[in-house]
Amino acid sequence: MPLSYNFPFICIFLCMVSAILLSVVRGAKLSYYVTLAVAIACTVLSVIFLFDIVRDDVSFAFTMGKFPAPFGNEIAGGPLQAMMCSVFCGVMAMALLGGKKELFEDVDEKKMGLACVMFNMVLASILVLSYTNDAFTSYVFIEISTIAACALVMIKDSGPTLMATIRYLFMSLLGSGMFLFSVILLYGITGHLLMPQISEKVAELMAMGDQRMLLALCLGMMAASLGVKAAMFPFHRWLPDAHGTATTTSSAVLSGLVLKGYCMLMILFFCRVFTLETVREFHINDVVFVLGLAGMIVGSVCAMRETHAKRMLAYSSVAQLGYVFMGIGLGTVAGIAAACFQMLAHACTKSLLFVSVGRLSSTTGHDKQLAALRGSAWNAPLAGVGFAVGALSMVGIPLFGGFAAKVFFASASIADAEKIVLTLAVLAVSSILNALYYIPALIGIWSHKRPAVHEAEWDVACAIAITVLCLGIFALGIGFSPVMDILVRGVELL
Amino acid sequence: MLELIVDNRYTLTAVILFVVGLGNMMLHPNLIKKVVAFNIMDAATFLLLASRGFIEGRTAAILTDGGANVALYVNPIPAGLVLTGIVVSVSVSAFSLALIQRIYGSYGTIDMNELLEIMKKKGE
Repeated sequence: MPLSYNFPFICIFLCMVSAILLSVVRGAKLSYYVTLAVAIACTVLSVIFLFDIVRDDVSFAFTMGKFPAPFGNEIAGGPLQAMMCSVFCGVMAMALLGGKKELFEDVDEKKMGLACVMFNMVLASILVLSYTNDAFTSYVFIEISTIAACALVMIKDSGPTLMATIRYLFMSLLGSGMFLFSVILLYGITGHLLMPQISEKVAELMAMGDQRMLLALCLGMMAASLGVKAAMFPFHRWLPDAHGTATTTSSAVLSGLVLKGYCMLMILFFCRVFTLETVREFHINDVVFVLGLAGMIVGSVCAMRETHAKRMLAYSSVAQLGYVFMGIGLGTVAGIAAACFQMLAHACTKSLLFVSVGRLSSTTGHDKQLAALRGSAWNAPLAGVGFAVGALSMVGIPLFGGFAAKVFFASASIADAEKIVLTLAVLAVSSILNALYYIPALIGIWSHKRPAVHEAEWDVACAIAITVLCLGIFALGIGFSPVMDILVRGVELL
Repeated sequence: MLELIVDNRYTLTAVILFVVGLGNMMLHPNLIKKVVAFNIMDAATFLLLASRGFIEGRTAAILTDGGANVALYVNPIPAGLVLTGIVVSVSVSAFSLALIQRIYGSYGTIDMNELLEIMKKKGE
């Protein structure tokens, strides 16, 4: 086994250990830089792992502890997980860099260490949700991710963020309760917790036509619970408050990454545990598909009515997650690969937008109303360019990542004669709706110059983050074909 | 019918408790009661798990003086899962109670409806 095959475990371990250590560290700067270093280290390790696993073209199980399957715990790595996690870790590092200034302003210096614990735990849980091969471990990390994500919302510690956190928390608890219930039902039916073993048993039961009602119930509950956590329409009401009121880094991490962890888990359960044939047979994918389409439209319509820049971006996340669910709902390898591509593009784009808005609003005295941000791009040009790149990618202009994702969705839908019309129509409508709120916002921030409320000094960290994320979007938009090849192969190997 | 109910009494109780918890968590305006409801929901899941994992007439898999006869013991994994689940639910409860305390400190109430009204008045 090549050395790099240990890297997924090392990444997870690194995040957890640093989280534990940081809980006793008091220095604000020290804990911030440790967290940043961990995120960058995870990125590097994941990229090395990605190169090796793509070269070897395999998917493997990594046994943890001394008990082999079916008793012990496992993580599983393949091209799909490696690709996703490389980008997730990279975006995490950039979100930390991009929101650095605001993070130090918003968080009490004494509590910075604890905030960094939460960032580490969020990264660890996203990695585990992507790599895990064990149904119960995924439940435990769903809960860890819930607590960490809620803590990230409330680190700003103002009235509105507390209220947003409590709504987010109860919605999330509902989701994880349902998830636990379905995992236990599944364990009761199959007698296993490791995904390959459950999958074998499910295939056996399906062949015999046994326990179909219970299996359908499990699958439905699982999809619903992960949908609640990933803000699938109609469970999206908590998201704008939570993502719109938090500090810049938190918003970028929550919108860009945390939601994706649950989507990855849904893909794992659909592909590896139940297999796509079973999912299609129970028509769960059709439900996910329709809710995804509804989310695309409703999210955009709500975003159009927003006057607060960050809440607008948060509603836009609902719409963009709708694309992901649409792709999963197509129930084919191509659809799921397109959904994964959309997750990558959205992770880069949404973090970039949040970082840019955070930077722009620092010139207006942290007023994030769209009206207040008018003309602010001239005072912080790089952030203005970042917002422009992000907005154009969201609308779906060629050469930007978002465009490639839309093309892949359209081409994935061709295989399905029933869904192609709906998919293409909603894609078109949703693109227009995206343009209807992103383009006015873009024109607004670049309209005639107004004197800055606060003179923004040059912020190196933010500049690096915006540059890297912009490059990431262009890389996805121009070099989409190798990325997509890896994703398709990864989904096939799941 | 009666036999079916008696045979599945644990599962039935678990489902009823789960629904009670779920309903209260969604509908009750009092935040503390929401946390209690969440705990009821989790307890229902643990009941389901523990009852599924138990076989009448067998004991916990604690080996004494070398008697490793598999037929005497129940599968220890469900018990382990329940313990893990309890740890998770305790930590989530602690987190939510701490959060509710802070909300009470900021707004002076823990009633969701009143809180929403206050938020509306402040225009936040």
